[in-house]
Amino acid sequence: MNGQASVLFDAPGPRARLRNNILTLLAAVVIAALLYVVYARFAEKGQFDGQIWKPFADPFTWTEYIIPGLLGTLKAAGLGAVFALIFGAVFGLARLSDHRWIRVPAGAIVETFRAIPLLLLIFFLFYLAPSVLGGGDYTLIALVAGLTLYNGSVLAEVVRAGVRAVPRGQSEAAYAIGLRKNQVMRLVLLPQAVTAMMPAIVSQLVVLLKDTALGYIIAYVDLLNYGFKIIPAVNFGSLIPAAIVIGVIYVGLNMALSALATWLERRSRRSRKTSAKPIVPPGAVAVGDTTAAVD
Amino acid sequence: MNDLIKYAPDLLAGFLKNVQLSLVCAVFSMILGTVLVSMRVSPTPVLRAAGTGYVNIVRNTPLTLVLAFSALGLSDTLGVSFSDEPSTNSFWLVVLGLSLYTATFVCEALRAGINTVPMGQAEAARAIGLTFFQSLRMIILPQAFRAVIAPLGSVMIAMIKNTTVAIAAGYLAESAFVMKDTFDDTGVSIPIFVGIVVAFMLFTLPIGFFTGWLANRLAVAR
Repeated sequence: MNGQASVLFDAPGPRARLRNNILTLLAAVVIAALLYVVYARFAEKGQFDGQIWKPFADPFTWTEYIIPGLLGTLKAAGLGAVFALIFGAVFGLARLSDHRWIRVPAGAIVETFRAIPLLLLIFFLFYLAPSVLGGGDYTLIALVAGLTLYNGSVLAEVVRAGVRAVPRGQSEAAYAIGLRKNQVMRLVLLPQAVTAMMPAIVSQLVVLLKDTALGYIIAYVDLLNYGFKIIPAVNFGSLIPAAIVIGVIYVGLNMALSALATWLERRSRRSRKTSAKPIVPPGAVAVGDTTAAVD
Repeated sequence: MNDLIKYAPDLLAGFLKNVQLSLVCAVFSMILGTVLVSMRVSPTPVLRAAGTGYVNIVRNTPLTLVLAFSALGLSDTLGVSFSDEPSTNSFWLVVLGLSLYTATFVCEALRAGINTVPMGQAEAARAIGLTFFQSLRMIILPQAFRAVIAPLGSVMIAMIKNTTVAIAAGYLAESAFVMKDTFDDTGVSIPIFVGIVVAFMLFTLPIGFFTGWLANRLAVAR
């Protein structure tokens, strides 16, 4: 049981225990009934036939479709993550600049790209690329560029908040011992800020990984494309099994990353290497010791 | 610029579909999110587990998969249908998928809100003899909502931006599709893109400011 549940109710006495047991039973029955309705619907449409599940027992499906799809997804996510981190670091620090002519344009760029719906941005880049760069396959470039601009802007806010979360005394002390502006940032503020922003960065990377699925719409060959277009096209009727299999892969990947974020959050809360508290990404909510980036 | 003026009526019609989707999804996702958070804090372990399981699974699934599954899986394969009219049917499939998805974020925001309510409030509620549902409804949730107005605003803004993914559910009427369709006609047009983006900003920025203002105004004084 999580700590906050106990805020709402006492340790149950005999009557409350009885009531809880009845409610538990009732809830179990309702949930079982719901699951049964789903099951019956699936069975009625023949979704449990061995025939349509068979491709997933065949190594060929995995080596030819699912693993290449997964690699496509990871490639887009990996490139997007690296570029978004660079973009975020550059623009986050630019927003903290003492020079107005750096700070203001950086702020405008970050706020704009955060406000644009990501799919529109990807479509735009997808149609823009051929007219600027000539013919070719721009699905990966459009997807990675879109992911970079959007998530990089969110990460820029994370970087800015992280540096600001370091107590003022740290930079004052650093200036007092005669460090220069860039030394203060490089030697004192950033090392502490990185620990504080790590959980927020990782939960934003979960968003980035999820958003690679938008590549499906511009026909980038990722996991979703293989699972939802190619596998059902090759194995007639296997759409729902394919959806379930790739759904499990996506959820597993994202949960593993989220678990990493939670672990980092706990570690950075205990850490004595930083005087800054872990920060919450812009617009996100912190529940207990996990942060969920909003997407 | 001429392209923008020429296609303005189509683009506006598309954008209004995004607005419609947003309004309907806002209502459903708020209701479902509140139900989910009630489940997650209830004294009944089965409900808690069901709520937690639902939130963790749906929140970690890409929205594109949720919406594509609503159209190809639920509708085409399993025969779930809201209407005989294909465009109405896909409209409601988008509403279904997007509300189910957004509700998990509403639930997480509210759960953070419940965490901000001091222990003493719930203890006092129990002391005057309120049951779990009474204290949740009359004491805890009102304070929780007021504590998370700004995060809920961010969730709603993200949801509005996500209405563009409706194209994955085969709903071919909103901005993203209209923009793509226009680009197929005219080639890429920067004014059209900027026009749609500005329309979205005019919709989302006031929500950000309004929820920020409301959050300050309704903040629980402690």
